[in-house]
Amino acid sequence: MNPSRSESAGQSGGLDQNHFLLLGLPVSFELDHQQLDQARERIQAVVHPDRFAAAGAAQKRLALQWSTRIHEAYETLREPLKRAAYLLALRGHAVDAETHTRMPSAFLEQQMVWREALEEARGLADPARARAIAQLKAQCESAYASGLSDLSELLSRGNEQDLAAAAAQVRALMFVAKFSEELR
Amino acid sequence: MALLQIAEPGQSTAPHQRRFAVGIDLGTTHSLVAAVRSGVPDVLPDLAGRKLLPSVVRYAAGQPPEVGQDALDAASEDPLNTIASVKRLMGRGLQDAQRLRVPYRLEARGQDGVVRLLTDAGAKTPMEVSADILRVLRERAEAALGDSLVGAVITVPAYFDDAQRQATKDAAALAGIHVLRLLNEPTAAALAYGLDSGREGLYAIYDLGGGTFDLSLLRLKQGVFEVVATGGDAELGGDDLDDRIASHWLVGWGIDRQALEAGEWRRLLGLARRLKEQLSETGPGGRVSDVWVRGDGTRPLALLEASTLAALAQPILDRTLQVCERALQDARVLRADIQGVVLVGGSTRLLALREAVAKFFGKKPLSDLHPDEVVAVGAALQASLLAGHRADGDDWLLLDVLPLSLGLETMGGLAEKVIPRNTPIPVARAQAFTTYQDGQTAMAIHVVQGERELVSECRSLARFELRGIPPMVAGAARVQVTFQVDADGLLSVVAEELSTGVKASVEVKPSYGLSDDQVAQMLQDAFAHAKDDVQLRAIREQQVELEQLLLGLDAALAKDRDLLSEDEVESLRALMEEAKIVCHSHDLEALRSMLSQVSSASGPFAERRMDRAVAMALRGQSIDQL
Repeated sequence: MNPSRSESAGQSGGLDQNHFLLLGLPVSFELDHQQLDQARERIQAVVHPDRFAAAGAAQKRLALQWSTRIHEAYETLREPLKRAAYLLALRGHAVDAETHTRMPSAFLEQQMVWREALEEARGLADPARARAIAQLKAQCESAYASGLSDLSELLSRGNEQDLAAAAAQVRALMFVAKFSEELR
Repeated sequence: MALLQIAEPGQSTAPHQRRFAVGIDLGTTHSLVAAVRSGVPDVLPDLAGRKLLPSVVRYAAGQPPEVGQDALDAASEDPLNTIASVKRLMGRGLQDAQRLRVPYRLEARGQDGVVRLLTDAGAKTPMEVSADILRVLRERAEAALGDSLVGAVITVPAYFDDAQRQATKDAAALAGIHVLRLLNEPTAAALAYGLDSGREGLYAIYDLGGGTFDLSLLRLKQGVFEVVATGGDAELGGDDLDDRIASHWLVGWGIDRQALEAGEWRRLLGLARRLKEQLSETGPGGRVSDVWVRGDGTRPLALLEASTLAALAQPILDRTLQVCERALQDARVLRADIQGVVLVGGSTRLLALREAVAKFFGKKPLSDLHPDEVVAVGAALQASLLAGHRADGDDWLLLDVLPLSLGLETMGGLAEKVIPRNTPIPVARAQAFTTYQDGQTAMAIHVVQGERELVSECRSLARFELRGIPPMVAGAARVQVTFQVDADGLLSVVAEELSTGVKASVEVKPSYGLSDDQVAQMLQDAFAHAKDDVQLRAIREQQVELEQLLLGLDAALAKDRDLLSEDEVESLRALMEEAKIVCHSHDLEALRSMLSQVSSASGPFAERRMDRAVAMALRGQSIDQL
């Protein structure tokens, strides 16, 4: 990890590293959030544009690039789904949610059931309405949590078939996350 | 504070220690300037000992602008030439000014969309009016500190959009002030509080000024001030309450507002403000009154009771609490998670407000620092840090966010979000576009800011024309547009055609702003009437920048010489020797060219030093420890 002269001048050094290496973290879905927070703060403390307010234009530009890059890495790794998608892209399995719109029928059925339940809940009066939505929320959250643990499993095994399944799993969880948003 | 002892690469701390940086709170109602002297932040008073400068400028024919208390005193006798609350017009167009019912003569001229106020001393843009206020503060600071300013941190409402921020920066340029950073007002207040008390945890900063409302949620921990969400209303403040009070009286008297002379309305507003302020001191059940002197000599008695004031304030308070609610949702935190609520801004003196805020958050708000001064004090602390005046262990990191989503106009007048609100800044996002016609070589892009789905309901920031796209069949070109928001919250755009690598040229037409040329021209005009010489100032700035760069490089070479080969050191040294001679030159072009030469020659060195600094920071080491 020590950038020697040859490293920092070449492709592997500094800004060009992947998000994990950039923040000094292992390239893995498992993440120590405390370590992530600490890495971000330590690096921002030396690269943030506020450190270069009195410096020349070139230094300021460099600080802007670095600080932007660290924020981007942090925001990506912090969220489990974004982290998984990024990890999959690194391993050659882009999630491409826009182009892969086909989902397993069991999954679609589950979505339908939830959507219907939400419609129904919205038609109710409080407190029945709040209770129904809270219930739905709990179901949704538990599905998300177990989905994440499956995802983690697939990513840790990591053969080609598992990775393809992991990409599909990320796409499915994106739907769940979106539905969760609607419940808030 | 081990984290905070890390020295940064490429910045020397030694030079120009004496040169001061100040914090400026450019407010709707009044403005302040503060500085850190001997480690203590202080608001700088004028010669009469007054700290608050009313943000009022009077433009009488053939006279220099009159700023502050004297202008305020003249407001009712010369209402059309006496501009108050100009902050509400920053970055705004003619239609906005009309919608805000601004009581001045208005004009939209040329194609820039910037509103101008017609006065006896000519047409004034809001930036020029703000510049006149800033100039007085600059002179006040220079007199108090006995030296010229190296720069200033100027505060803006967190909820200011790009155009309003840019307008503020332009105003500073017109006033001859180098902006070190635009800092969000609630963030500045949090800084003052956090550093004053060493408080930690999640804090809500509720900032109601004369014309703007901000709510920021910040996570404070030792040495790090992180904004987690911000919300607000750039058109809501104490001014609105004055307006409601005055209108309430008029209804009671059966007088039509339209029938009033401009001066009468201004006097009535002034009266509303005064009685409102008196009531905040009398406590609950209070009752105050005074006469309103009309143009025809009649003197109706204006009466204000605490209960009436509370009722009139209620709709405003409700709007602020809705903003609080949304910010909490954005941050995904509960009211119970909030450790403390800090009140900022003169309008938070209102008793009904304190009670409503206390009830909403379930805790008594803090206001141990002066609500009028806390923003300027925070800005002064940050200015001092940015200028490099840092004591060991007395250091912090500020992480702020983008207040309003940035988006693009797509088919059907819809706004597509490119960077959502509350994203930490600086931030960059790229978006790919393609052509929809064969052989298309240009593309029009419209950048907007706001949360609404329809472009027409967002703020228009700028329109870009991407030209020079190589002709291809429809859908083959891939134009990547990168939006970069810097630490001031300001946007810049770069576009590139990916399949050929051709950089498309981007022409920015700010919807409600001035072009760089216009600012330069106004600066020239302003200096034509002043003692300063714009050319001399520019030369001096370049000399200082080159000197700073060379000093920084000397220090960097002393520390990290091993990052360069002998050959690299030698050629850099040779260029630096050459540059040291050019430093004393008064040839602006020579200075500029040398600056860019040294800057680009030392680029790779700067990059390697940054890599090293990052690697060491990750290991938790300070460079000084090695």
